[in-house]
Amino acid sequence: MKSKVSDAKKAYKMQQWIAGIVLTLGGLLVAIPFIWMILSAFKPESEVLQLTPTLWPETFTTENFIYLFENMNFGVYLRNTIVVVLCSFVGLFFNAMAGYAFAKYKFKGREKLFYLVLATMMIPGQVTMIPVYLILNQMGLTNTMAGVVLPGLVGAFSIFLFRQFMSTIPDELLEAARLDGASEFRVFMQLVLPISKPIMAVQGILTFIAGWNSFLWPLIIANDESLYTLSVGLSLLKGQYGGNFALQMAGSTFMVVPIVIIFIIFQKHIIEGYTISGMK
Amino acid sequence: MKSYSKTTPYLFIGPALALLALFSLFPIVLALVISFTDIDLAGLADYSNISFIGIENYINIFKDPIFLKSIGNTVFYVVFGVPLVIACSLGIALLINFGTARIFKAFRLVFYMPSITNVVAVAVVWTYLYNPQFGLFNYLLGLVGIPAIPWLQDPTIAKGSLIALAVWRAIGVNMIIFLAALQGIPKTYYEAAQLDGANNWKQLTKITIPLLRYAIFFVSITTMIGWIQFFEEPFVMTNGGPLDSTTSVALFIYRNGFQLSNFGYAAAGSFVLFVTIIIITMIQFRLQKKDTDI
Repeated sequence: MKSKVSDAKKAYKMQQWIAGIVLTLGGLLVAIPFIWMILSAFKPESEVLQLTPTLWPETFTTENFIYLFENMNFGVYLRNTIVVVLCSFVGLFFNAMAGYAFAKYKFKGREKLFYLVLATMMIPGQVTMIPVYLILNQMGLTNTMAGVVLPGLVGAFSIFLFRQFMSTIPDELLEAARLDGASEFRVFMQLVLPISKPIMAVQGILTFIAGWNSFLWPLIIANDESLYTLSVGLSLLKGQYGGNFALQMAGSTFMVVPIVIIFIIFQKHIIEGYTISGMK
Repeated sequence: MKSYSKTTPYLFIGPALALLALFSLFPIVLALVISFTDIDLAGLADYSNISFIGIENYINIFKDPIFLKSIGNTVFYVVFGVPLVIACSLGIALLINFGTARIFKAFRLVFYMPSITNVVAVAVVWTYLYNPQFGLFNYLLGLVGIPAIPWLQDPTIAKGSLIALAVWRAIGVNMIIFLAALQGIPKTYYEAAQLDGANNWKQLTKITIPLLRYAIFFVSITTMIGWIQFFEEPFVMTNGGPLDSTTSVALFIYRNGFQLSNFGYAAAGSFVLFVTIIIITMIQFRLQKKDTDI
């Protein structure tokens, strides 16, 4: 009997090791594109075009990155991307406001309006793409920063998550603040938002990532290179410098590494935020 | 007690709702209307150039060989992509959940990473990996004596190559969903099964998979909708080629709308896509309902 138990234990340990090894191999496979991208970004063009590739850069160089900023407009693209990110935080604020109203106010049409908000989640981007372009064109916003930013400013899923979180705030707390004479907007700014820090953190990070990665609207709306974001600039780079892989990898590294760093710092918030708020 | 004025709630929802109405709800109506017109660049400059042409766009689009081809490609993406995404993300989630050592938590990060990175950057990197001459993949294959594969140059292989990239990106989020669902299964179920002498395989097929039904259902619907809208990967990597063999319906719509400026025609295409998504979602909900009734 005793040997049977220890046999089972041994088998279990063995299985743990196998699971670990399989995941390590899979993880390596998943990480290869990143590793290869970063290593190639620091190689000179001639080294990348060797028929026998080197793993580690033989001649370590940062000239690819310098080229991006000096000969291409990556500085401009970076500035535009940061503008998009900052604007999307205004959108995040609107989402929080709407989520709060749906969670804590009673008003006529609340349920209907909320369902309407949820319904917008099901509309595929391809359907709204063309009419939104026509609307922006009518408003004279094509080829402007406003046109790039506006279509994606608010999102139904974000409103939904804010509502879910804020409906757990006790009403008594809000009443107490009102009795002290605080205006509704002040209650929201100084009481509700600080309480909602956890959901704000998750949403803030996701908003940052989405803004940093934004591609489709800048691509459609911006004709002028001075309005391009990093993603659009990078796809332009791929078209213009199709054979210069080192340069392309430098551009990609410049886009991917900041996000990876932010992700590693805040990963706890992101992954747990998903499990807490998203999947109820 | 109600101490706020009646207009306050509307002021709070106002900005968000106005933007949603202008950029999500109204466009649906507008898309339907323009899909019955011949609006193009000339029509955009002067609305008097636009005329109603009834369902002509819809008739023409189903005669358009490129549209039919893009439907075929999209079906290919769905048929191979959805099961692959589910199998990979569920498999990884099961392994991570099974592991007891601390290192298994770190694996979550590794597998999640691709899903947050920029799709253009990633597509540029994979195009390099796939390069027939200088790419890493063919070099590695060469080391073990396998001849070079035309990853993006052969019509069928190109589709597979795009699927590989998209699966790589899709694993992260779905793995997290499966992990959350796995952690919700009470441990006592497994203890009882072990007492009855059920082996790992039995536990997996008789307890885990049935209890993950809702998570699998959720993932399969969202993944399928995602594949039906497959766009960025073919756009950046192959631009639909070779010979339109990787053109998806979404890319077809984009091209007709913004490169050829056939707005009305593209809007008709987008409505075909929209209706398809609605029908497939409804069928899946029906099937799911039947499944739980039994």
